[in-house]
Amino acid sequence: MKLELAGITKRFGSLVANDHIDLTVEPGEIRALLGENGAGKSTLMNILYGLTQPDEGEIRVDGKPISIRSPKDAIAAKIGMVHQHFMLVPVFTVAENVTLGQEPTRRFGLLDRRRARSEVRDLSQQFGLDVDPDAVVEELPVGIQQRVEIIKALMREASVLILDEPTAVLTPSESEDLFRIMRDLRADGRSIVFISHKLKEVQAIADRITVIRQGKVVGERGPECTDAELAALMVGRNVQLRVSKDEASPGDVRLAVRDLIVPGDTGRSAVEGISFEVRAGEILGVAGVQGNGQTELCEALMGLRPSSGTVILGDHDISAETPHARLQAGIGYIPEDRQEDGLVGEFPVADNLILDVYDQPPFARGIALDLDQIRATATARVPEFDIRTASIAARVASLSGGNQQKVILAREIGRELRVLLASQPTRGLDVGSIEFVHRRIVEQRDRGLAVILVSSELDEIYALADRIAVMYEGKITGFRPPTVSIEELGLLMTGGSTDTDDGDAAAGPVAQAGPLDAVGGTTGAEVPGSPVAEAGDTGQPGQEEPS
Amino acid sequence: MSEKQGAWPASPPAGGAPPPGEPPAGQAPSFGQALITAILDGNPVVVTILAIIAAVVLGGLLIAFSDPVVLHLWSTFFSNPGAAISAAWDAAAAAYSALIEGSILNPHTVAAAFHGGSVGAIFYPLSQTCSDATPLILTGLSVALAFRAGLFNIGAAGQWVGGAIVATYLGFGVSLPPVIHVIVCLIGGFIGGAVIGWLVGELKARTGAHEVIVTIMLNYIMYNLLSFLLGSPAALQQPGQANLISPNVAADARLPHVGGPPPQVDAGFLVALAAAAGVWWLLSRSTVGFQFRTVGANPNAARGAGMRVERSWALVMLIAGGLAGLAGAAVIQGPLQNLTFNSYGTYGFDGITVALLGRARPLGVALAALLFGALHAGGTAMEAATQVPTDIVQVLQGLIVLFVAAPPLIRALFRLRTAGTAGLEAVPKGWNA
Repeated sequence: MKLELAGITKRFGSLVANDHIDLTVEPGEIRALLGENGAGKSTLMNILYGLTQPDEGEIRVDGKPISIRSPKDAIAAKIGMVHQHFMLVPVFTVAENVTLGQEPTRRFGLLDRRRARSEVRDLSQQFGLDVDPDAVVEELPVGIQQRVEIIKALMREASVLILDEPTAVLTPSESEDLFRIMRDLRADGRSIVFISHKLKEVQAIADRITVIRQGKVVGERGPECTDAELAALMVGRNVQLRVSKDEASPGDVRLAVRDLIVPGDTGRSAVEGISFEVRAGEILGVAGVQGNGQTELCEALMGLRPSSGTVILGDHDISAETPHARLQAGIGYIPEDRQEDGLVGEFPVADNLILDVYDQPPFARGIALDLDQIRATATARVPEFDIRTASIAARVASLSGGNQQKVILAREIGRELRVLLASQPTRGLDVGSIEFVHRRIVEQRDRGLAVILVSSELDEIYALADRIAVMYEGKITGFRPPTVSIEELGLLMTGGSTDTDDGDAAAGPVAQAGPLDAVGGTTGAEVPGSPVAEAGDTGQPGQEEPS
Repeated sequence: MSEKQGAWPASPPAGGAPPPGEPPAGQAPSFGQALITAILDGNPVVVTILAIIAAVVLGGLLIAFSDPVVLHLWSTFFSNPGAAISAAWDAAAAAYSALIEGSILNPHTVAAAFHGGSVGAIFYPLSQTCSDATPLILTGLSVALAFRAGLFNIGAAGQWVGGAIVATYLGFGVSLPPVIHVIVCLIGGFIGGAVIGWLVGELKARTGAHEVIVTIMLNYIMYNLLSFLLGSPAALQQPGQANLISPNVAADARLPHVGGPPPQVDAGFLVALAAAAGVWWLLSRSTVGFQFRTVGANPNAARGAGMRVERSWALVMLIAGGLAGLAGAAVIQGPLQNLTFNSYGTYGFDGITVALLGRARPLGVALAALLFGALHAGGTAMEAATQVPTDIVQVLQGLIVLFVAAPPLIRALFRLRTAGTAGLEAVPKGWNA
């Protein structure tokens, strides 16, 4: 099925979200829609799926104009959509979920559960989805839930599948699996519209890449196009994908951690006795697949989670200190989940900028807040950190992810720091913001701060770290210089073993290789092999294209 | 309609404030436009006022159709529709004007003043309204403050009792110099409530016990503790009494009237206003309030910013309990003079309503409490004048909260009317129907 969008225009008030967009998706093609957050990708797809109506333009299927007034029309036109946030009933089984709305029935309107189950099983087998029709959705990992959504679309015989930022919620290994599934679907003659703002993913999976900026199509490229060119198209200026930095000149030990043990949420230790130190003027990159104890490590370092072991800041033992005392002692904290742990969405930007210094002079005199001082600080910080906001009184929830992160960065860097703890500081950000955040972090290092950077993005680790620690299952499996090969890191990240089964039914050797780099695997699915072999493949794009 | 609507926010600057429902001629389109925007954007003030209007209209229907005369006329509606409609209108109008006369201004007293009557009498309904509003302001603040820190304080009733017990005991059991006695009793009331509130916060902080459950249960404990104390001569029972009643508080412990003979207010009202100002300052101008608001809006971020979330819970419940306790003291030292087994009335629960209506903001709470105070004060007068039961006031309160709690309902209600008519200009007419 050939899908054409011609001259699609959508305005929201004075904002033109889509400005005469033309897009043709050929049958059996993976088409990437690349653009920064807010570029209009999602609006376009909502139009295609009938969730909003275009002001101008036309949608054609196999050359025939059709009108899509609702998702029902879209489904009838064989267009399926997998939203970023899944539309599943958590307490229903997979089979119940996928048949919801078009339940197969037997005589007397009885539900035909057996047929539903077998259909799910067939589709699952055909595309290697590995989904159990009788599993209850809420008990499934996110990656599998996403496959349930895909099955849902396939059951409705979708021949064009729209995936809206599908990797945003996935771990690298889950992303890897998703790419394999996408290739299988393509081989079956279906086309896929893949929405993303991640360059590497797009290069890895797409046949054609359409770049959108400020509601307009600014270019169409093949997957061989370099990151630098794609990024420049996307942002509208040249972007430094890899921040330039000088050799580190580490000073004294700033933060020393000894035998830290942190209990996890399930009662098992999430961090099992790790020790490391960070020196002034260096960035220690903590690499590892998400969920290997990094979150708990950060929380324990901030005193947000009870732990045993010692944490020494300078020559001061802070192991027993409260989070407040640790912040005051000069640890800056950029939490992993900025909206949940770093910001108060309904507070104005100005208040969020003083969230952890609100009780310190000059913002407080006794217990009175100095509103003028708070306002003055915000007025200074907003331009300094290029925070794009309507005003300092605007709710922080109304800002884009990149600008929210800048608020946190401005708050933490804005005070006297000795150590900066940054956890996944660029997750979900677009290239422009990533560049900004990276530059600021390196700047802090050069000012003599000790920086701990926790990231599951290997690109980020390579770009910033002066020393790399790899975490796997709550332990540090090794320290390496940043010149380490991606194969070696990969081995450390998977526990140094190529064939251990970590118990995840969905994760075969391919899944284990995935963490090496979500963007890799251009050939991974076709050549199943040891993670080491794949690491070799995936290493290329990650390593050799710094601009 | 209630005078509260006088504070109409969307009224055009020129031409004064037109009564609601009467579109100002010439400016109608912009007025309607502004109104539509306000309604669609869910401006809380507009929604609240529309909710009050809707409640008043519905309450009026209820008054009209609970009147036997009106009902009889409506049974013969088709033979004489005019009489039926005008009787219904008259019944509602009479009830509401009695309500306003009892709570705000009675024209007869004004007329009497010109013929040598008492000038002070003119202000009697207003001071009655203020007096009735006093405990509601305080319990409303109690609920609102806890709410801003993310806690639902259902326990203002129990905290009220805690404050009332201490204030009563200090009022009759201790002799102190005049002014000091008043202050000591008020402080004692605050502490009495604060202890009960703090207990809730502390239990939540230490054990995670949900404050809703704990406060509800503490309410029962406090009610029964009160009965027990009032039944023990060694404690609060009035000597020589078999009933559950305390001695009167000493005259020098009573809250004085302020402002000389004609227009005067209970000093308790001033205490309540001061408390509202204090809570406002605390919430919006102090580090403690900043912490409370952060904890309420996002406890995880509060923790990440080094705030001690559990300590905030305990502290905010302590202050909230103190405010409800102060309400108890103000009532005992004010109108009641002594404590009986059911003195707590519905102050605590009305506080929840007032806080909701005031959107958990001190100024809003004060205004909402004044509205409810006016309804209470006017309700009594209405019953005396028109035989409409004072229960209708409770119905009005309930309706207002129902409508406030359901802004989409209010929006749907008023947009529905719009849909039937032609354009934007027609909107204001919509609500006069």
